Amino acid sequence: MIPRALGGVVDMRTTLGLTPIPSPVLTASGCAAAGRELDPFLDLTALGAVVTKSVQLRARSGRPTPRMAETPSGMLNSIGLQGPGIEAFLATDLPWLVRRGARAMVSIAGGSVEEYAELATRLRTAAGMIALEVNISCPNVESRGEVFACDPAAAASVLAAVRSADPGVPIYAKLSPDVTDIVSVARACVEAGADGLSAINTLLGMVIDTDTLRPVLAAETGGLSGPAIRPVALRCVWQIHRAMPAVPILGMGGIRTGADAFQFVLAGASAVSVGTAVFGDPSAPARIAHELAQILARKGFDRISDAVGFAHRVAAHAEANQVSG
Amino acid sequence: MSRAWGITQAVDLAETRRQMTSSMSIPLPSVPGDLRPKPVQAAARILTVRPVGAYREFTLNAPGVAPIAEPGQFITLGVGGEDSALLLRRAFALSGAGGDTINVVVAAHGPGTRWIFERRSGDVLDLIGPLGRPFPPPPPGGSALLIAGGYGAAPFVGLAQRLLSSGHAVAAVIGAASAERLCAVAELAALTHVLIVTTEDGTAGRSGRVTDVTPELLPGASTVYACGPMPMLRAVAAQAAARGLVCHVSVEEAMACGIGVCMTCVLPVIGKDGTSRFVRSCVEGPVFEAARVRFDDIGQLPEDLHGASAMRAAQ
Repeated sequence: MIPRALGGVVDMRTTLGLTPIPSPVLTASGCAAAGRELDPFLDLTALGAVVTKSVQLRARSGRPTPRMAETPSGMLNSIGLQGPGIEAFLATDLPWLVRRGARAMVSIAGGSVEEYAELATRLRTAAGMIALEVNISCPNVESRGEVFACDPAAAASVLAAVRSADPGVPIYAKLSPDVTDIVSVARACVEAGADGLSAINTLLGMVIDTDTLRPVLAAETGGLSGPAIRPVALRCVWQIHRAMPAVPILGMGGIRTGADAFQFVLAGASAVSVGTAVFGDPSAPARIAHELAQILARKGFDRISDAVGFAHRVAAHAEANQVSG
Repeated sequence: MSRAWGITQAVDLAETRRQMTSSMSIPLPSVPGDLRPKPVQAAARILTVRPVGAYREFTLNAPGVAPIAEPGQFITLGVGGEDSALLLRRAFALSGAGGDTINVVVAAHGPGTRWIFERRSGDVLDLIGPLGRPFPPPPPGGSALLIAGGYGAAPFVGLAQRLLSSGHAVAAVIGAASAERLCAVAELAALTHVLIVTTEDGTAGRSGRVTDVTPELLPGASTVYACGPMPMLRAVAAQAAARGLVCHVSVEEAMACGIGVCMTCVLPVIGKDGTSRFVRSCVEGPVFEAARVRFDDIGQLPEDLHGASAMRAAQ
C-alpha cells in the first residue's frame, strides 16, 4: 500500500472478528431485507457485507399496520420481524447473495435460547455467510417476555448457546440501548463467546395521534431509529470501546454521511452499518463509504484501522495535559 | 374546475384525445415482474408546475425513468435535501410519461408533501422510479370502467390513454369531497367515452360519492380499475364482486422506502396458492386484484395469515 501522503488511497480494509472485509460500511439488519431490493441502487459486492433482516426458525407474518411513524430526524417501526423463516432464507435469500457475489452477515432472532442455538446450527457452513449477528432485542417467551438484551445473564446465555452451536463464523451480539449499563451487557456477551458487538439497536418509543387520540402504531410502541438516535448510539460505542478496547464494534445508529460514520470510527467502531438512511436513499451506503474514505484522507489517516478509537487517545492526551498543567 | 360536470360525451374532444393518446401508444404490459426494467435513482429537474385545484402537477425531467414507466406505477421523491429532518421518501402515482418527462400530482398533506408542493421549476428532486406493478390490461376488446377518488384520478390519465389506443371502450367516474379536490377532469373527459364527476358537497358534478353512480356504468364494463382512499376501494371492490367483474385496485399505504426493504406498507392479500400473506404494496402492488385483498382485515392480524401462528407463539 502506497502511503496516502505519497498519493496512495486510504486503506479501507477492516475485519468482522477475524474475517477480512474490503469496506467498513455495511447495511443494517432490517433495513436492507436480504439485499436483493437494493441491487439496482448500489454495488452490493462493494459493501463490507449485507446484514440481512433477522431470520427466525419459522415464517412470521409480522404485526398489523400501521407499522411506521415518521418522527423528527427519525422514524418508529414495529414490523414484528416479518420474514420467511430459516428454511426459505437458506433456500432462496442466501443463495441469491452468493450468486450476486455479496458477503452476508446473517442476523438471527429467537424467542428462546434453544431457538438461537438451532438457528446457528442450521446456518453452520452456510455458503455466503461471513458473520453472524445475534439480535437479542427479542422477548424471551420463557421469561415473561423479558428482552434478552436487557439482562446481562439472559444475553450471555444466548451468546453461549450460539457459540456452542459453532456456526463457524465470527459472532456479533447486537445490543439494545434500552438498558441502564450497556457495558455490563456487552461484557457479559463477550465473556459468553461473542467475537464482536453491534451497537446499537433501536430505542423504544411511541407517537400518539392527536386526532384519533390513540397510539399511531398498531403495536403502540416501536423502535426509534435515524439521526435522532445518533448521539445515543455514539455514546454507547464510546463507552463499550473504552471498557473493552480490544473487542471489535460494528457501530450503527443514525449514520447518514461519511462524517457520521467517521464519528463512530473515532469512538471505537471498526465497521459501521447504515440503516434508516437507506429508506431515504438506497444508495446511501455506497455514498457514505466514499465520503468516509475522503474524510480519512483529509485527516491524514493512511488506514481506517489507525482511526478506530482515535478520539479516546486524543481525549486521554488532553486529560493528561490537564492533570500535568 | 367550476364547471358542473355531468355525463360527458367526449366526441367534441376527439382532437385532444388523438393528441393525448399519441404519447402512450404501446399496449398495456403483460410482462412478469422479474423481467420489468429495474428502477433507477436520478436527479430530476422540475420543468413545470401546474396548479390543479387544490393540487399541483409537476412535470419532471427523468429520461431514465419515462421510457420504462407504465400506467399504475409510481415514483418516490426525497424530501428537504440532504440535511432534512424528514428522512422518508414520498410516493406519487405517475399521471403521465412521455419522451424524457414524467408527471405526478402532488397533494400537500403534511410537512413532507408540502415541501415538494412548494418546489418550483428549475429545482432538482431526488427521484426513484418507476416502482411497483402497473395496471394489467383488460381482456381483448373488453371495456374498462375507471373509478377514482381525489388525486386517485391521476394514474388513470396514462391508463386511459393506453386503453383507448388499444381499442378498449373507457368510462370513468371520478369524485372528491369538493370541486377543488378533483383532478385530471379535463384529461379524462378527453380520454373517456363517458365521464361522471361527483362531489360530496355538490360543488361540481353530481352530489354524492362515486359509488352512488357506479351502478349506472358497471353493467357495461368488463374490467374495473379503482384508485383512491381505502374505504372507497373497499366499496368499489364489493360492487364489482357483486357483478362478477374483475377489479384492479391501486392502494395507498404508508411507505418508508418504496422499494421493498422496510416492510411497513403491507396488507393482507390472498395469494394464487390460496394462502393469505402480508404483502408489500410497494413491490407487489400498488395494483392488486381486488378479490385478493382482504379489506376487512387491513390493520388486523387474521389468524389464518401465513406466519401468524409464529406471532402468537411468541406472546
